[in-house]
Amino acid sequence: MTGTEALEIIATFLKDEPVVLANGFISREFFNVEDRKGNFYMIGSMGLASSIGLGAALAQPERRTVIVDGDGNVLMSMGTLAMIASAKPKNLVHLCIDNEVYESTGKQRSLSNEIALEKVAEANGYPYSQRVDTSEELKQELGKVMSQEGPSFLLVKVTASFDSARGRVTHSPEEIRDRFMSVYRS
Amino acid sequence: MLTSQSFADRLVAEKFNFFTGVPCSLLSGLISNLEDRDDVSYYPAVREDAAVGLCAGAYMAGQSPVLLMQNSGLGYSLNAFTSLNLIYNLPVLVVMSWRGFGGKDAPEHIIMGDISEPLLETSGMPHAVVDPGDAEGAEKALALALDTIRNKKIPFTLLVKKGLYNEGHQ
Repeated sequence: MTGTEALEIIATFLKDEPVVLANGFISREFFNVEDRKGNFYMIGSMGLASSIGLGAALAQPERRTVIVDGDGNVLMSMGTLAMIASAKPKNLVHLCIDNEVYESTGKQRSLSNEIALEKVAEANGYPYSQRVDTSEELKQELGKVMSQEGPSFLLVKVTASFDSARGRVTHSPEEIRDRFMSVYRS
Repeated sequence: MLTSQSFADRLVAEKFNFFTGVPCSLLSGLISNLEDRDDVSYYPAVREDAAVGLCAGAYMAGQSPVLLMQNSGLGYSLNAFTSLNLIYNLPVLVVMSWRGFGGKDAPEHIIMGDISEPLLETSGMPHAVVDPGDAEGAEKALALALDTIRNKKIPFTLLVKKGLYNEGHQ
């Protein structure tokens, strides 16, 4: 399964949920897969997709909030896994697209080929944490995490697939903010 | 506004309702007060930049966030402030203790103590200083903070000198 295929599958499981998308490949490619009002494209602040998603989930406990994180982001902010496990937001789904490289900067290797991030999440205290390797497994697990109480962590192993020619998010940061905020008011 | 109780009461009265931060001895009384309150939540953060992210998410989901940190956390937070809050226009009230003020403190605080204000200024982040004993100055600082947060929608930092919100800590 390529990263792009994983994002396409994730998009089919979304309704009106707010989704925080990590910077780089994940934001840029998901923008091309499905540009939704509820997508928060985090174009900078690497490492903070998880804390932004946690803050939103805690602020609106009745709304399911989804984080589409990346291995580089999770490795940068491992401490936030502890904050999520401690705060225990039942409405939070934490997906991590793991291509084992920093794809948008030229595929430099990350450490996630050796470090089992789903075990790190589990050890921190996420009540549910799984690794998936195939599109079938991803669909099966998304069915679970998008309906059960969280916080749930899903490590989605993918192959690099990003085509940098596909371009960047064209909305301005303030447009991204206003669209995202409007979803919480609806 | 010069005791932890009165400052926390004031922040709650101004509708701030989401509190997070990384501890500093100079803010120990304020954090204790916030942890003990029933009317607001305080979420311990492990790093200052994660607290910035937490506040950004809470703001976009409709809350009014306050971030407590020591000025040593400003270094960790600068990329978060400049590539998140200042480009998306996400406001947050930052209550930042000023270690190293006037060059009199432990060695690790001296450099950041000297450059905290210039760093905030050069980053385009407005701030005001809160001094012990200066109630009028504190009121003015908060008024400026509220105006900046509500109208410019960017972070505002209250740089707090030693001796205000550290009740119970020796």
